[in-house]
Amino acid sequence: MSKRTVELEVATPGVDARGQPLRVPLGVAEPDLAAEHMLINIGPQHPATHGVLRLVVELDGETVVRVIPHLGYLHSGFEKLGEYRHYNQIIPLTDRTDYLSPMANNVGFALAAEKLMGITITPRCTVLRVIACEMSRIISHMVWLGTTSIDLGAFTPFLWAFQERERIYNLQEMWTGARLTTSVTRVGGMMADVPDGFVEGLRHFTRTFPKTLSEIDRVLTRNAVWVGRTQGVGVLTAAEATNHSLSGPMLRASGVAYDVRKDKPYLDYETYDFDVVVGEHGDVYDRYLVRLEECSQSNRILEQAIERLPDGPVNIADPRVILPPKSRAMNDMEAMIYHFKQVMEGVKAPVGEAYVGIENPKGELGTYLVSDGTAKPVRWRIRPPSFINLSALPRMAAGHLLSDLIAINASVDIVMGEVDR
Amino acid sequence: MNPSVDALRATFGGSTAIGRALESCGDTIVYVGREALLDVMAWLRDTPGQTYDYLVDVTAVEYRDRERPLEVVYGLRSLARRADLRVKVELDPQGDLTVDSVVPLWRGADWLEREAFDMFGITFRGHPDLRRILMWETYAEGYPLRKDFPLRGRFSRAEQVRQALAAHPEAHYSLEELSIADAYAELPGDMKERLRRGERGTVPDSE
Repeated sequence: MSKRTVELEVATPGVDARGQPLRVPLGVAEPDLAAEHMLINIGPQHPATHGVLRLVVELDGETVVRVIPHLGYLHSGFEKLGEYRHYNQIIPLTDRTDYLSPMANNVGFALAAEKLMGITITPRCTVLRVIACEMSRIISHMVWLGTTSIDLGAFTPFLWAFQERERIYNLQEMWTGARLTTSVTRVGGMMADVPDGFVEGLRHFTRTFPKTLSEIDRVLTRNAVWVGRTQGVGVLTAAEATNHSLSGPMLRASGVAYDVRKDKPYLDYETYDFDVVVGEHGDVYDRYLVRLEECSQSNRILEQAIERLPDGPVNIADPRVILPPKSRAMNDMEAMIYHFKQVMEGVKAPVGEAYVGIENPKGELGTYLVSDGTAKPVRWRIRPPSFINLSALPRMAAGHLLSDLIAINASVDIVMGEVDR
Repeated sequence: MNPSVDALRATFGGSTAIGRALESCGDTIVYVGREALLDVMAWLRDTPGQTYDYLVDVTAVEYRDRERPLEVVYGLRSLARRADLRVKVELDPQGDLTVDSVVPLWRGADWLEREAFDMFGITFRGHPDLRRILMWETYAEGYPLRKDFPLRGRFSRAEQVRQALAAHPEAHYSLEELSIADAYAELPGDMKERLRRGERGTVPDSE
């Protein structure tokens, strides 16, 4: 008897001296596991639910029978708060809904308020807003890529993605003074023009970013583990995706070529040269491919926007809408009156209602404003893309393994600030 | 004006199904009678030439003017034709806030209608799972987005904390979930009673 088998005898019960498993007669029958369903609770404090989402999962063995999502842990009543605020005062609230793409939310709200008030923004402002939207798309997709790859066991892309996001955050900080809560737009213009060096910084980013994308592509797209965990998981057909009101990359991954930027253009998106990325199978893998390619397309749009960025004013020349510069407000009587009226009374919107949908990174972010002629909206409704995309989760996850549920949930790309609002 | 409005009038004409239509900021809004909603929606979705196959949004609007009716707002879109239509149903805020659910037509309406129920107290008849969604199931302060709801809520912070601390831990599960689990014996009496009445879910056999 060698030393090795002795060790085995000591170390592993249930194994005989030759290392073969002992045959133990089973005195009692195994409990009927198939008939018994288990209820487990995931979240709200669980990293794999991407925020304070709580899932109650009914399991048959390891197979998901039913998922019951519970929301509302981050409910802040933004829509209610908006009814008590002037239009410009609502913009800081929009930062905090989808806090992974704050600039795009600012733009969405400002466009709706301008549509309501019949304001046409300046050419420079239009291009700056395109830059804001596409920068947001890149950082949001980078967070999605990083966190999803961590969920599925790939750590390296997370570091690369977050480095790129950090570079955009530096640009955002340069422009707005804030990294997360940017509040970059105003009704009729922007909070500020871009500072010196911003355009050069952005141009440097657009030149170097594709390298990271190709690295992520090389490490994930043909990775056996990644492919095995994502292909054929959480499939939604085009008809189902449409019927579930999905939008954004979730809808396009199922093969529906609907992109608000192309099909209901805003901010002159129809004049930019970019492709709508459409998937085929509607599974987690296609959603990954769509988002990865959307990053390249956003980069293309950014390059074009930098080239065409015109000179000129950022804000419209209407003293009833745009605050006068501080120096004028302190020295010029007329400017001070406008300043006072705007701060105390706000900008009045005519009676009516406006809906503007913009292509946010998560999907179609709709802003629906109803006005009764006062300076505060009667109703400010956010059409939350990730809330509606998440509502298809029970449908997608049923019948998959519990570990696939994590992948499917990650593929929805939720941000709970927006889901709960 | 969206040509679908004239098509609607031609089809449902002679009845009170189609009310006034107007345009605001370039969007067409058509008012539909409460009783005819499901027929009109099904017609808009399935008729060739209309094909509003995509539900953008379901929400509600209550005006500050108490005389104005509360509106349930449906955003419809035809993905193929790239056309949008906004359909509204008017309800009396003091009366019966019930309207047919459009979940049988669009699954996407599921959570949107739950949210409108949660925030405005509108009952969607025929909804498969009409529960609160953003507020918790035992929330007793009313409907937050109604105009008579104060911004700070109805209960004081002290009362809210007291209720949160006094809540049974199992109250964080819905009755449906508890009927699956073995927690039935541990439930507070009133929840057991609701389960027994079959308000939600089914009573487990092990009682």
